[in-house]
Amino acid sequence: MSGGTPRSRPFGEAAREALQDVQLRRNLGKATTAIREKRVRVTEELPDWQELREAGRAIKAHTLAHLDHYLMRLEQNVVARGGQVHWARDAAEANAIVQELVTATGAREAIKVKSLTTDEIGLNDALASVGVHAIETDLAELIVQLAHEPSSHILVPAIHKNRAEIRALFLRSMGLRSDELSDAPADLAAAARRFLRAKFLTATVGISGANFAVAETGAVCVVESEGNGRMCTTLPETLITVMGIEKVVPGWRAMEVFLQSLPRSSTAERMNPYTSFWTGVRYGDGPRAFHLVLLDNGRSDVLASDDRRQTLQCIRCSACLNICPVYARVGGHAYGSHYPGPIGSILSPQLVDTPEVDTLPFASTLCGACYEVCPVKIDIPSVLLDLRLRAVERRRARRGRLAALDTEDGAMRLAAGIFAEAHRYRWMQRWARLVQRPFVKDGYVERLPGYLGGWTRTRDLPAVPGKTFREWWRDREVDA
Amino acid sequence: MRVALFIPCYVDTLFPQAGQATVRVLERLGHELRFPEGQTCCGQMHVNTGYQREAIPLVRNFVRAFGAFDHVVAPSASCVGEVREIYPRLARLAHDPGLVEDVDALVPRVHELTSFLVDQLGVEDVGAYFPHRVTFHPTCHSQRVLHIGDRPQRLLRRVRGIELVPLPDAQECCGFGGTFSVKNADTSSAMLASKVARVLDTGAEVCAAADNSCLMHIGGALHRQRTGVRTLHVAEILASTEARPWGPA
Repeated sequence: MSGGTPRSRPFGEAAREALQDVQLRRNLGKATTAIREKRVRVTEELPDWQELREAGRAIKAHTLAHLDHYLMRLEQNVVARGGQVHWARDAAEANAIVQELVTATGAREAIKVKSLTTDEIGLNDALASVGVHAIETDLAELIVQLAHEPSSHILVPAIHKNRAEIRALFLRSMGLRSDELSDAPADLAAAARRFLRAKFLTATVGISGANFAVAETGAVCVVESEGNGRMCTTLPETLITVMGIEKVVPGWRAMEVFLQSLPRSSTAERMNPYTSFWTGVRYGDGPRAFHLVLLDNGRSDVLASDDRRQTLQCIRCSACLNICPVYARVGGHAYGSHYPGPIGSILSPQLVDTPEVDTLPFASTLCGACYEVCPVKIDIPSVLLDLRLRAVERRRARRGRLAALDTEDGAMRLAAGIFAEAHRYRWMQRWARLVQRPFVKDGYVERLPGYLGGWTRTRDLPAVPGKTFREWWRDREVDA
Repeated sequence: MRVALFIPCYVDTLFPQAGQATVRVLERLGHELRFPEGQTCCGQMHVNTGYQREAIPLVRNFVRAFGAFDHVVAPSASCVGEVREIYPRLARLAHDPGLVEDVDALVPRVHELTSFLVDQLGVEDVGAYFPHRVTFHPTCHSQRVLHIGDRPQRLLRRVRGIELVPLPDAQECCGFGGTFSVKNADTSSAMLASKVARVLDTGAEVCAAADNSCLMHIGGALHRQRTGVRTLHVAEILASTEARPWGPA
């Protein structure tokens, strides 16, 4: 996650700003509601949906437990079929590899299949720095690229924009007159098609990510909706695929599961329109050179943790974003990460270590809706809890001796001390009843100072009543 | 059968009437109850805020207070979820084999009130009477941690006089999330606004749930906005009878 747009603000601050944008919330609400309803339809129609989820989880867990084996096997088979494999420890290494591969061809432009992994490493900027212009060909990705904005959704990067906004952007960036373009979806798609077609026919280098790679044969897979990805993987002379090491699957039988569960969970379709597989290179058909860059960039550290390893099961479907009530309110940009929403809240803090990224595990009510829809059964709330523990520890480590002055830390330690002994707890109840007095009006507290003021800005709080339950119980025992 | 009452700290302190209602329902069904005075807080706030190590003494305290009972019943799905789902993990975090053993033995005996009534006692009709228009919010932890399903509604449907109206988008979180509600107060409030709008859509006089925590959140906004809609714990509705309508003792 070096490169690209590193997050520089805590989640709460970015979310507050996003919440002011009424148009954004309307766009997001409309889009996520529609896709939620569709997802329920296409998953509930399957009698074995829960078994598919379990199978997906089991395949991924098995692969992760034997990741070294399957990656070596993948490399072997890609090479045997005429491809080349490159291993990248981190973003810098991966970018250097791709820079070198592209500049060696002499190309000044490269066409890209939508890829989160290349966003993660900031590849477009890295290519620009060596004079290569990377052109996004996924319609939504093109929209955010033209707008110079980061993506706001794993699957639908421009989910935050409506038709009118997209029309205005196309008019501006494609040099069109306003009478040449309406905001009808077909018209907007046609304008993008004309713009992209010229690029497809001239580009000599294509760059993609990968949804899956099949270790037993070396086949690499991209699933998409528009067919633009397939143009990128078949038309150019050189194809470079950057893939996270967790995307490997043992064999073709795994695809039976994922090609059912991925489209139903992501676009809520029974099958996605374009599923492309390619294996090495073949004379006279498709690219003449194929490079597979295998990216670690923090993934082996995730793999090392028993509690958090399941994060790597993710197949990037985005069902967790669409169901998340937090995401639906604030949108993807508030997460300040290439992986927004619930999955981003558990993945990003495991790839980078900053105070800002450590606010992401707290960007959830732990409502559990994400876990319920996840097609590979990642227990996101459980990983969030684990990362919250780690965030507290990392904050203490960052502050060193100043950690003792942290307000939250102090309050939590004090509360734990009080709750550890019933007599201290009873004392605290009586104390609360006393100190609340200036704030109570008709049995409610309407305004609190400091940290707790966050509550009373929109909500009243019931006051501590004359008798707690235990006082009532004690009196009753005495009476009896 | 030795039944102990687990009255979570915020119910004890802020919503004693939910605890009293629990007592009234269970005693009416002929059960003798105990309230171990050593109990305090289950530690959920600490765990959910990242202070899991600090919560370990609270786990020990809970085991001390309740270890000897056949059944432990609480009017809170969230705190029971904490005990059932998170305590085994905390005990392991403590690297204390004795605690692991105690927790594993106790956890299956800790029940949320409506599950206890339906599954352990086998009752759905508790003889309640509550002639009001009520909508029910199925709280996240009751549904997606404890999986209590429609047990509260099964009990509510047998209450005489009640008009139970469905809540649109019932499964969506109200935005409480413990310290989330202050750490991310703006997002929390935006979620709450949707929930309150749905509650008002139903035209109900009362919004009920199996968790006072979420009700504190929803009720906090209903009160702030002077909507006149009340929040009640399910136990308070079940406690109400024709002879003794529910009111704080």
